[in-house]
Amino acid sequence: MGKRELSPINAGSMADIAFLLLIFFLITTTMDVDTGLQRRLPRLPDEDQQEDSSDKIKERNVFVVLVNKHDELLVESKPMDVHQLRQKAKEFIANPNNAENLPEKEIKELPYFGSVYITKNPVISLTNDRGTSYGMYIRVQNELVAAKQELRDDISIQQFGVKFDELTESQMDAVKNYYPSVLSEAEPKNIGGK
Amino acid sequence: MGAINTASLPDIVFMLLFFFMTTTVMKEVNLMITVKVPDATEARKLEKKSLVSYIYMGQPLRSFQKMYGTEPRIQLNDQFKNVVDIVDFIAQERDAMDENDRNKMTVSLKIDSDIRMGTVIDVKQSLRRAQALKISYSARKVEEL
Repeated sequence: MGKRELSPINAGSMADIAFLLLIFFLITTTMDVDTGLQRRLPRLPDEDQQEDSSDKIKERNVFVVLVNKHDELLVESKPMDVHQLRQKAKEFIANPNNAENLPEKEIKELPYFGSVYITKNPVISLTNDRGTSYGMYIRVQNELVAAKQELRDDISIQQFGVKFDELTESQMDAVKNYYPSVLSEAEPKNIGGK
Repeated sequence: MGAINTASLPDIVFMLLFFFMTTTVMKEVNLMITVKVPDATEARKLEKKSLVSYIYMGQPLRSFQKMYGTEPRIQLNDQFKNVVDIVDFIAQERDAMDENDRNKMTVSLKIDSDIRMGTVIDVKQSLRRAQALKISYSARKVEEL
């Protein structure tokens, strides 16, 4: 066999091929991130111990939010616009003036804060009709989460000089104890039809 | 003046190619319903996509309405399902996960904002029955509502 001169492979089209692949991946890439309101559902109650804990909570410690099928709000037995909800919820959670009809307060020892005069487990209960729209439900949830977050941010800035999200883990725990997460997803009652 | 040397062009392009190949996440499901998630100011990023399962709810797309009607439906993976199937679906998803990660499983609910809460309540109840308690109401992050 005669030795033939080995000509180099023409790599001129390499770039074209690579570009083709590149464009394919560019198009199929989805860079979107999923965002959402993260929540924890309560465990299902055991069959034998039904609703014995729910009655013990005093009325002043519960902030009742009802949403009907026309997406209207009833907060503590008063109709309300969704824009006012955040402010009302903040007032309820913190009870700054120690009002009679808002949650009880107690003196508690907390790391970083020392002894503080804070509300004793306030609860926000959210109940909705089966006909409520999901958009409205999320709107209300968002306002309630925002109320809690704003309070936590306020106290974090006051105490540590930074927002809640920038605290260290132990500082976060302390703030969480100061303003506990209070939203309870009420045991659904099947109110209203489809 | 000589022509510009383009010998390194393939290398550069390949580099870009590899970047996109590694970051690409192929769309997993073919949505057969319209889902327009609500807006929220407090929405947070969901970490670790491998720990997240998705439940979609919404009105069937135009092309499916002849077969499935216009009533809102639940979609799991690539099929229309009913509320009762959710428990099985969660069990399946959990089995597919690494054993250490199972309690960190999050269910992302991608629900159209026009859906009525009745069906959502039913879904939430089945999630509780399936012991999938960590959920995320998927919402678009906005600065102002």
